[in-house]
Amino acid sequence: MSYQAAAARSSGRRARPPRRQLGVALMFVAPALFGFVAFHLWPAIQGLYLSFTDWNVLSPAQFIGLDNYARLLQDPLFWNSLAVTAEYVAINIGLQTALALGLAVLLHRLTQSMVVRGIILLPYMIPNVVVALVGFWMLDYQLGIGNQVLVWLGLDRIPFFGSEFWAIPTIAGLNIWRHLGYTALLIFAGLQTIPKDLYEAGAIDGASEWRMFWRITLPLLRPVLALVLVLTVIGSFQIFDTIAVTTEGGPVNATRVIYFYIFERAFDQFDFGYAAAMSVVLMLILSGITLLQLRMLRAGESDLS
Amino acid sequence: MAVMSYNDADAGMRSDEVPVSPGVTRRRPNWGRIFAWAALLAILAATLFPFWWVLRTGLSHNHALASQAGSLLPADFTLGAFRRVLGLSTVAEAQAQGGSGASLNFWGYLRNSVVVCTIITVGQVFFSAMAAYAFARLRWPGRETMFLLFLLALMIPPIFTFLPNFVLIKQLGLLNTYAGIVAPFLFMTPFAVFFLRQFFLGISREVEEAAMIDGAGHFRIFARIILPMSAAPLATLSILTYILAWNEYLWPLMVGSGEDVRVLTVALGLFRQQEPAGGAPDWAGLMAGTFLAAVPVIVLFLIFGRRIVNSIQFSGLK
Repeated sequence: MSYQAAAARSSGRRARPPRRQLGVALMFVAPALFGFVAFHLWPAIQGLYLSFTDWNVLSPAQFIGLDNYARLLQDPLFWNSLAVTAEYVAINIGLQTALALGLAVLLHRLTQSMVVRGIILLPYMIPNVVVALVGFWMLDYQLGIGNQVLVWLGLDRIPFFGSEFWAIPTIAGLNIWRHLGYTALLIFAGLQTIPKDLYEAGAIDGASEWRMFWRITLPLLRPVLALVLVLTVIGSFQIFDTIAVTTEGGPVNATRVIYFYIFERAFDQFDFGYAAAMSVVLMLILSGITLLQLRMLRAGESDLS
Repeated sequence: MAVMSYNDADAGMRSDEVPVSPGVTRRRPNWGRIFAWAALLAILAATLFPFWWVLRTGLSHNHALASQAGSLLPADFTLGAFRRVLGLSTVAEAQAQGGSGASLNFWGYLRNSVVVCTIITVGQVFFSAMAAYAFARLRWPGRETMFLLFLLALMIPPIFTFLPNFVLIKQLGLLNTYAGIVAPFLFMTPFAVFFLRQFFLGISREVEEAAMIDGAGHFRIFARIILPMSAAPLATLSILTYILAWNEYLWPLMVGSGEDVRVLTVALGLFRQQEPAGGAPDWAGLMAGTFLAAVPVIVLFLIFGRRIVNSIQFSGLK
C-alpha cells in the first residue's frame, strides 16, 4: 500500500520514471536471474526435452518421441514404485497429521514453554541420513533396542527393514519422528490465531471440550491443515535419503519408491531419457495434487470470515 | 490417541490462561489433565530417547553391545569409538575394537561441510536479498512477470532439474569441486527471494526518500538502510539455509563424493557401506560419528532455538 502511495506521488512530482530504474533493477536481479535460468529454468526445459530421447550420456541423445512414455506404461517396476510411494505417503501423512494435531492441541492447552517447543523441533534439525542410520541401529534385528523391547514384552522379533510388510511403515515411522514437531508447530501457530472468545461463548453455552474441538477448533484450523498437507504431501513424495541409506529399494522391491527408482535408472543404469520421462510424470502428479490442495485451501478460507 | 486426551482435558482450563505450576493450581487436579500431561511427556521422551541411545552406543565397546543390548548405560564404557572416528587411534586398535580400520577423516569432512554451507548461505542470502530489493523497492517493466516466474519455480520438484543440473556440472568439469556442490544453491532459491521480498515491502518509503535527497544511490540505500533494517529476517533465513545445506545428501553425493570435497552426510552414508567384511557392523563407531555429525547443528539450534521456532511458526501463518 505504501508502495502504491509512493508510486502515485512520484508520478506527480518526482521525475523518476520506471525506465530509469530498469538498469539498476537488472543489476540487482542479475545474480539471482543467472542462477534461476542456469539451474532452474533451463534444466527444466532440458529435462522435458530429454524425456523424449534415448540417452546414456556416452553417445549423443537421440530423439525417440513418446517411446519412453510408452515404455513406462508397461514397466511393472514403475507402477510398483508408484504403489510403494502411495503407501508411504498415506501412512506418513495420515499418522503424522493426526499425531501432530494432537501434539499441537496438547501444547496449546498445557504449556507455552519455549523449551518444550524447542525439544519437539530438535529432530527436524538432524540430517535425514543420520535419522536413517540411527533407525537402522535402533531397529536392528539382533541388537536393536526396538527388538529388545519386543522380547521383553514376550513378542516375536520383527525384521523391521528386512520384511516386505514392515519396511515401508518403518521408514514412514522414522520420518514421522523427524517431522512431527515441525508439523505440530505449524498447527500450533494456527491454533493461536483462533479468537479466544469463541471458546468462552462455547463454554457459556455449556459445550463440552470434545464438542468445541469438533465445532470450533477443527473448522477454523482448516486453512492451516490444508497448508500442512501441501507441505507434507510434496515432501513425502520425495523420500530418498532414508531409503538410500537403509534398504536401497529392498527387500525385493518393497521400498523402491519413485524418487529412488528414478535415481537408479539415471545414475546406476545411465538410462537418462527414461529417468527424465519418469520425473516428468512425477512432476505432473505433484502439480495435480498441489492444484487440488490449493482449491481446498481456498475453500477453507471462507470459514475465517 | 493424543486427540482423545484432549477430550479429557480440564473443561475449565481455557486457552487464554497462562498455565500455572502444578503446586499452585486453583482447581483440583483431574484425571484429564494428568492424562494430557502424561501424553505430552511420553512424546517428549520419545523425541529425546534416540539422542541418548546414539550417545550411549558411541560410548560402548562393540564386543559388549550384543551381551548388553538392553542396557540403558553404555555397554563396557570406552571412548574408543570417538577416538577411532576422530582418527586418534591406529588401524590395529580400531580393528581390535570392531572397526573396519577405515578411518572417517572426521575433521576433513567437517571442514568440507562448513565450507560448503558457509558459501551457500552467504551467497544465497545476499544474492536473494539483492533480487528481493529489486522486486520490492524498484519500479521497472517486467517486474511482475519475472517475479511470477520465480514463484512458478517453487513448484518444480528438485528431481526434475536434478538430472540436467548434474549433466551441466559434469560438462563444466566441476564434478568433485566445491564450486560444483554449491553452484545450484549459490545464487538464489525462489523461497529466499519470496521470503525477503515480504519484509522489504514493509519498510517505510520515507527513510529511503530521505537518503535519496541526501544523494545516496540504490547500492548505498540497499547496503546501508535496507540490509541493516532487515537484520532479523536475514538472520532467520541464514540459519534455515545453513541447516538445510548441512542436511543435504543427494546432490553432494552425486557431484561431490570424492574424498577431498566429501561432506559429513555423504561421508556417513559411505562409512556405513564400508562395514568390516563378514563381521558385525561397527555400530559404536557409526553412532559416535553420527553423534558428532549432529553436534554442530544442535549447537546452532541451542543458540538460535527461539528464533528458529518462531520463524517456523511464522511460515505456518503465511
